[in-house]
Amino acid sequence: MEGTNAKYVSQKISKTRWRPVSSSSLQQPEVFAAGSWDNEENKISIWSIGDHVLSGMEDEFEGDPQLLCECKHSGDVLDLQFLDQERVVTASSTGAVTIYQLRPNIQAMSVSHRWTRAHHYPCDNAPCTGVVCKSPEIVTVGEDGRINLFRADQEALIRTIDNADSSTIHAVTFLKTTEILTVNSIGQIKIWDFRQQSNTPAQILSQTGDRVPLHCVARHPNQQHIVATGGQDGMLCIWDARQGKAPASLMEAHTAEMWEVHFHPTNPDHLFTCSEDGSLLHWETTTSSSDMTFLQGGRNNSVLSRSAVAPAGGGQSIISAWLSGDSSKGRLETTHMLPSQTLSVNSLDVLGQCLVCGTDGEAIFVNRQVPV
Amino acid sequence: MEELDVEPTTTDIPAGEGNHLGFAWGPGDILVYDTIYKASGATGTCSPFIHEVRKDEDIYSPILRKLFNESHHIFVGLQTTREDLPNKNKKTQFVSISKNYRSVIRACMEELQQVAVLTQDTELATQYGNQVSILLAIELIWNLCEVLFIDAAPGGSLLLHLLDWVRLHKADVDEKAQEVLQSESPSEHHSYWDVVLSYVLQGRMDEARQMLVKWSTLKPAARSMYKQMDKLLSKMPVYNPGGNQTLTEFDVKWRHWHDEVDHCLQDNSFASDPNLELICKILMGDEDALLEQKDLLSTWYHFLVTRLLFSHPTVKPTELHYYAQSCLAMFDSPSAPEPLDSILLAAFEFDIHQVIKDCSIALNNWWFVAHLTDLLDHCNLLQSHNLHFGSNLREFLLLEYASGLFTHHSLWQLAVDYFDYCPEFGRVYLEQQIEHVPLDTERKALKVLRICEQRQMSEQVRSICKIMAKRALRNNRLGSALSWSIRAKDAAFATLISERFLQDYCARGTFSDLDLIDNLGPAMLLSDRLTFLGKYREFHKLYGEKHFQDAAKLLLSLMTAKIAPRSFWMTLLMDALPLLEQKEVIFSADQTHELIFCLEELTSSLKTTGLDTPMQDEDMEVTKVELLRLALARNLAMAIVKEGTVEV
Repeated sequence: MEGTNAKYVSQKISKTRWRPVSSSSLQQPEVFAAGSWDNEENKISIWSIGDHVLSGMEDEFEGDPQLLCECKHSGDVLDLQFLDQERVVTASSTGAVTIYQLRPNIQAMSVSHRWTRAHHYPCDNAPCTGVVCKSPEIVTVGEDGRINLFRADQEALIRTIDNADSSTIHAVTFLKTTEILTVNSIGQIKIWDFRQQSNTPAQILSQTGDRVPLHCVARHPNQQHIVATGGQDGMLCIWDARQGKAPASLMEAHTAEMWEVHFHPTNPDHLFTCSEDGSLLHWETTTSSSDMTFLQGGRNNSVLSRSAVAPAGGGQSIISAWLSGDSSKGRLETTHMLPSQTLSVNSLDVLGQCLVCGTDGEAIFVNRQVPV
Repeated sequence: MEELDVEPTTTDIPAGEGNHLGFAWGPGDILVYDTIYKASGATGTCSPFIHEVRKDEDIYSPILRKLFNESHHIFVGLQTTREDLPNKNKKTQFVSISKNYRSVIRACMEELQQVAVLTQDTELATQYGNQVSILLAIELIWNLCEVLFIDAAPGGSLLLHLLDWVRLHKADVDEKAQEVLQSESPSEHHSYWDVVLSYVLQGRMDEARQMLVKWSTLKPAARSMYKQMDKLLSKMPVYNPGGNQTLTEFDVKWRHWHDEVDHCLQDNSFASDPNLELICKILMGDEDALLEQKDLLSTWYHFLVTRLLFSHPTVKPTELHYYAQSCLAMFDSPSAPEPLDSILLAAFEFDIHQVIKDCSIALNNWWFVAHLTDLLDHCNLLQSHNLHFGSNLREFLLLEYASGLFTHHSLWQLAVDYFDYCPEFGRVYLEQQIEHVPLDTERKALKVLRICEQRQMSEQVRSICKIMAKRALRNNRLGSALSWSIRAKDAAFATLISERFLQDYCARGTFSDLDLIDNLGPAMLLSDRLTFLGKYREFHKLYGEKHFQDAAKLLLSLMTAKIAPRSFWMTLLMDALPLLEQKEVIFSADQTHELIFCLEELTSSLKTTGLDTPMQDEDMEVTKVELLRLALARNLAMAIVKEGTVEV
């Protein structure tokens, strides 16, 4: 694929995340964090694709990611999120949740806080599988079926829901300020409201028939009720959290586990998925996309109003092409973003026109010209 | 037993004095330990250490890991090349794959060189240095194999390829040339003539001429001599394989030029300048003059190529071995021939198997021989050379390499694809080794499971799921444990876990993990006990929703269809009690009869088995049975009355 650079890094990459850029500027991201897994000694590392850094290696290919700093990480990095521009939160297979602080100019990083055994069994550690941040709040989930709520500035645990799930929770995301959404290994989506004191989910959505384990979840950046999930069979499911127990649309995507799904943060007509089968897909709804996102209502959207029925109030009818998910009618186009390879693409992140992903082939791919 | 090719290397184990060593084979490593047995008279103490002896140290180098990962990608690409391409296209494809492999080696080498320079640690620097020199040798051999075997250029172009080969691996000329050109007066520089000669020896005539210009401007007196030399150099014919010139035409042209050079030499045209005279002798292919330049040539194979350039430019592949042998003899290096020399000689002799064998012995990793052999095998260059062990040579080497990778805590994933492309024993190897991958997290387990499932390795799938299920069970995660056994379709284990669920229910009176049990779906049919668990939970749901008729029917069917285990019947009957006590008649007369029958069956079986239940429990049981009998009798009466009544 045009514009994709591969960098071999001598460690299997489990997570890659862009450092957020300040919302006021329109600049492209330059710095990303990567976490490794299955190594004797795992690491979290910060890389730059900017041109200004470390001119020591002149013969390096332009745009090749340069290592800024790295830090040991005990256990596999199972999830990684930027809390803000200076802090990174990791989820470890040892059950620990750690906040790393980047030093000015990102020349170094250090552990600023660690909750060991955030996830645990009665007499053993349980891997922490997912983390989501909404500064200063941090929510973590784990194989122990527990949901923890931390605040970055407080030592103590704010809230914990033991036995939130009888099986492993694989991923978590914020739905609204106080609502989170988790996916588990028996194909269920659970919505939790932290305002409620009870330890039961506010809502459970699940697939009919087979209980395909779900591995990842992403929320539509503008339309909060639209949620995308990916699971063991590699199918992409789009759900409408407001209605119905079953997914609004199901699309065949990959031939093995889908490890991550992401809507493009500013142009949500684009969606990206990566999988154990070694592919990375770019999904695009080919409707008059800009109208969709910015001019809500007032337009005649009857062309695609097949399954999208619920008006969002105020006379606006926001209709998302994702919910109809009808690739047969040419509304949805998918493109492979990576050259063919056999080893799993474990993680991806997209911001602006930049995409970064990490693989079990010990390579990090960066594309700076994502057509969005 | 076959003769050994080389003496095996010795590894010293720092063990106790005089102790007997014990060992255990691993897939790639050997574990060695002290035993309590001692040689007679030895007094050493037993050391508490277990030593791990590794066969292939290179896979632990972080930089070489890049080589393994990148070449894995090329390897997989090669295995999936299309078979139906015409031979000509195939050859270009194989050459380009070979070049890809080499460029990966080069990239790796450059990075090693960089870190070797940067590191402060001298020991580490030497280690990097050694790795660089090994990679250099590997690349040199690979390149030659590419020229001779894969590209297999005919006479004429063969020499051009060999020249490229020598130029690539003797690149220090360019550095020296830079140094000379940057000095104040290049032609006075002490290395000036070395550079000119080196260019000539490598057949880089244009560059040699550019250097000579510097000299001529300083020596106007020698102008005519310079012009003559320049003419000779520029006129030297070079074969152009793409052009329409035939090899014979080229040969005639070349002979003509050769005569011209000879003429100059006979004339003593360059007698006044020893350097130019030397160049002229070299152009003539004068062996003594060439051998005088040993330092500049530095290796016998450079000598060979240069000699061919000036004496036999149309050399055919079949004649190479003769020149190679004589050049090696003539070059007469002071030290004994090194492994590299014999490997290259074997290559010039087109003895592919000898090359592979010697490389396997001389190099400390399997990476090179495995990938080269595989590529040569794809080019159909290896005869069916059956080994008296295992499969063919290609598969044997690939298996060795992949097994080494599999012992690595992280690179094991790469090995899977290599095993896939070993048709005979690959699967067995994979089956043996995949079960030894430590499963720290569910995500890793899922990855291993995916590998097994894609290859229909059902036994390994079962074993992995069982490991995960057992671990979940140990951590009291019944839901997870059940999920894993459902995935493995492991009925026995599902029964065990269902039993645990039921025990928990009996103890606590509520079900745990409702989200799972309520959503079992078709998975419920995996084991009888699981079916019962699911159905029993369904009964509770119906009861909770006040669908009493359906609940009663379900409850009864659980017993009559023998889905419920006998030990659970009393609990079920007690569950029926509130239904029997309802104002409304729920169990019909027939159903009540069946319930009575169930109760009798249960009580009689209890009597016959005569379990030694403690007094207190027995009292409880007796009370329960009495309560039930009373309720059943009352219900029967009500049911008969109700069923006998005609509605008016």
